[in-house]
Amino acid sequence: MAINLSINGVSHSVDIEPETPLLWVLRDAIGLTGTKYGCGISRCGACTVHVDGQATKSCQTAVSAVAGKKVTTIEGLSQDSSHPVQQAWREVGVPQCGYCQSGQIMSAAALLQKSPKPTDRQIDEAMAGNICRCGTYQRIKAGIRRASQISGA
Amino acid sequence: MTDVNLSRRALIQTSVGAAGGLLLGFHVPQAHAAKTESRPWTTPTKGVEVNAWLAIDPDGTVTIRVPHTEMGQGGMTSVALMIAEELDVEWSKVQAVFADANRHLRNNKEYVTMFTAGSQLVWRQHPHIMQAGASARERLKEAAAQAWGVPRAQVAAKQGVLTSGARRATYAEFASAAAAVKLAEEPAIKQAKDWWLLGKDVLRLDIPHKVNGSAQYAVDTRLPGMVYAAVKASPVPWGKLKSFNFEAIKNRPGIVGAFELRAVPGKRGQPDMQDAVAVVADSWFRAKTALDLLPVEWDFGESAKVDNAALSAHAKKMLGETGLMTKEEPKALEAIAASKKVVTAEYERPFEAHLRMEPINATVHVQDGRVDVWSPTQDQSVAIQLVANQVGVPEKDVFGHTMFLGGGFGGNGAGGTAVTRQAAELSKRLKRPVKVLWSREEDVAQDKQRPMSAARLSASLGANGLPEAISTRAVWFSLDKANQWGPATADYGIATMPYIIPLRHHERHNLDTHVPSSTHRAPGANQTGFMIESFVDELALAGGWNPLDWRIEMTKGKDDWQRVLKTLKEKSGYRTDLKKGEGMGVAAVECHGTIAAACATVTVSRRGQLTVEKIVVVADCGHVINPRGAVEQIEGAAIYELSHAWHGGLDMRGGRFVNTNFDSYNLLRIDQAPEVEAHFALTGGKKWGGMGEPAGPPVPPAVANAIFAATGKRIRSTPFRLHDLSWA
Repeated sequence: MAINLSINGVSHSVDIEPETPLLWVLRDAIGLTGTKYGCGISRCGACTVHVDGQATKSCQTAVSAVAGKKVTTIEGLSQDSSHPVQQAWREVGVPQCGYCQSGQIMSAAALLQKSPKPTDRQIDEAMAGNICRCGTYQRIKAGIRRASQISGA
Repeated sequence: MTDVNLSRRALIQTSVGAAGGLLLGFHVPQAHAAKTESRPWTTPTKGVEVNAWLAIDPDGTVTIRVPHTEMGQGGMTSVALMIAEELDVEWSKVQAVFADANRHLRNNKEYVTMFTAGSQLVWRQHPHIMQAGASARERLKEAAAQAWGVPRAQVAAKQGVLTSGARRATYAEFASAAAAVKLAEEPAIKQAKDWWLLGKDVLRLDIPHKVNGSAQYAVDTRLPGMVYAAVKASPVPWGKLKSFNFEAIKNRPGIVGAFELRAVPGKRGQPDMQDAVAVVADSWFRAKTALDLLPVEWDFGESAKVDNAALSAHAKKMLGETGLMTKEEPKALEAIAASKKVVTAEYERPFEAHLRMEPINATVHVQDGRVDVWSPTQDQSVAIQLVANQVGVPEKDVFGHTMFLGGGFGGNGAGGTAVTRQAAELSKRLKRPVKVLWSREEDVAQDKQRPMSAARLSASLGANGLPEAISTRAVWFSLDKANQWGPATADYGIATMPYIIPLRHHERHNLDTHVPSSTHRAPGANQTGFMIESFVDELALAGGWNPLDWRIEMTKGKDDWQRVLKTLKEKSGYRTDLKKGEGMGVAAVECHGTIAAACATVTVSRRGQLTVEKIVVVADCGHVINPRGAVEQIEGAAIYELSHAWHGGLDMRGGRFVNTNFDSYNLLRIDQAPEVEAHFALTGGKKWGGMGEPAGPPVPPAVANAIFAATGKRIRSTPFRLHDLSWA
């Protein structure tokens, strides 16, 4: 069954089982490998993308459920790594191994969209679904605060 | 002594206050930073190779070839920094690529070692890495000296330019000539006092590629005609595959086939395959879905009777029996037997998996006359050797592609795991590129675990409350009773404790299980640091001592320990008079040549809810070449070990691990992560130590000691989550 998708503003038609998780369509069918597989059960956040602006775990989202919706991946967050979260992440030097960071950045960007000046508690709540094994949490918090400044909040 | 306060908070505050957001002070601004690519192994070098480590382009760009892997520890940046320091070239002219692993093997280990483990890259390997840069610099100078008819001593090499009197040339102009120069004597490397680049804060080169999804990991490999494999090895390690029913899944979409993979008979070594079944399809999700539906029969044998409780009981029994002597001192045993004041305690820690965020995987493409491998290994040369062995081709025909690693933590050491053999075997059979990706459940169940371990410790106290004699016996469950993993033995960290106790007796047992085990970030010390540093807290308190003052007293005369502990006292504000429910705890462990001491501040609610407020770490790694990177490693190692101590613990039932994903085997998340403040108390001079691992081991005991201070409850096993911490 062909499913029509809008990924980073580009239309795709994929012929695949409708229950296939969006993650694997992104990675294996379309070739957008910035979104990562970490657990497959929506517990680590490495696969976080935006669906109509909402942070969404793509490993537990059936591709059929996003037909007609606007999907944004890390590759589409900005054209040139200029999103305030990306700027802040570079400045603060957030990533270590970097594997979880696409998901961290997408969760952070969605948080700032909703709460331009998030409190510590809001940061904890929005980011607790994203595991970082390298333990960059302190810099993630600093990165979010810096991104908030860059955005002029 | 250099006490550099590099707390992340201080750095961030500086960052936020500065115009444009750049950090102030002594760091190298990003605008003038060196660079790398998102696929740095494919970057061609246009320039002239001066030696295996570097090439110079006509425009002055210096390409530095990094033989080590980048797994978030800053290895790529560290190698580039060390060579740029010696070469004396502008940091903005440097680009880093990964070195060719095939060339390394072909040319008799041309890069000395590609192994990236043991916190050794800067600590142990800086002499030969820096020497490569120094040698290139001297060759450039010699080439110019010969052309200009002056002695080499009259040629200066600075920031990419050679000068002698009025003569001036770029490095690029003399690169070809330099490559042909044979020096009578290789130059010595620089002393720290002469550094112009090392010791400054530098942002890692890989960061820009890790904020936009472009950094390429092994798992991201995509090749024309590639198929995907999901595998399931015997869930009880070393069980036998009896049969599987391919008919049940063969009509599912995209299925290529199902294959049996067989353990090499009689071999239980580290990288060897176990019996497994692989389902291959045109996408990984299709392969994985079919694998889950595939009926498989196993023969688990006697190992299916083993569980955590059985191993724990066996450990306890063996703690009562004489073991191998690490340090034999019968007088210690006599003194303890005769003493009226003896403290005895038993500690235990469970198996732990590495939980790299990138689940283990490998892609192999076997063709006639050439085999390519993409593997998240900590030693590409070993990945090449494994593939050559599995496919049956010479090593020179195997090409390893170094990728960014989504974590390593020792789990991908020594060529990593069976996955490389699995991919090689499947590609050999299918004659097309195959990517094998382990599901998270497979990644945890089939990991080479950090061994379950236990210890019994006894000490007798003298009139001043300080110990006169100590006796310890440690056990660990290592595959095939291995006596050593990396630098570690069962009582590493215990037998190597720094405390000056007149009589010391240390024994160990190596116990066998069916569970494959291996190095794990700060091997040995990561388990035993908790045991010994909790126990000495018990000793200090039993003797009426302040636990931090006890440690300072017991390391008298050891200058580096004194510096670290006194700095910790000053920076942490450690105190023992907090109100009930609040506590501070300290601990100090040496591993990988580095002493790290930690002070934890916790609160525990009456109902037993633990909050770790803050961890202050002081480290002496001798020298710091990139303070920013060293701080990252301290923060990361602290969170890493706290994760295991608080939330970890593999649960084995019926011979298999049953908590194999983040729902049941959790890690510390941002809402529980404490602030980590890093300080250095550096010895300098000839002392060098590692920094990727040592900050971890003191953290669990510091937190456990703080919990005792807050609640009066002594925790002698991990994870903390299984303990009732409530108090009245």
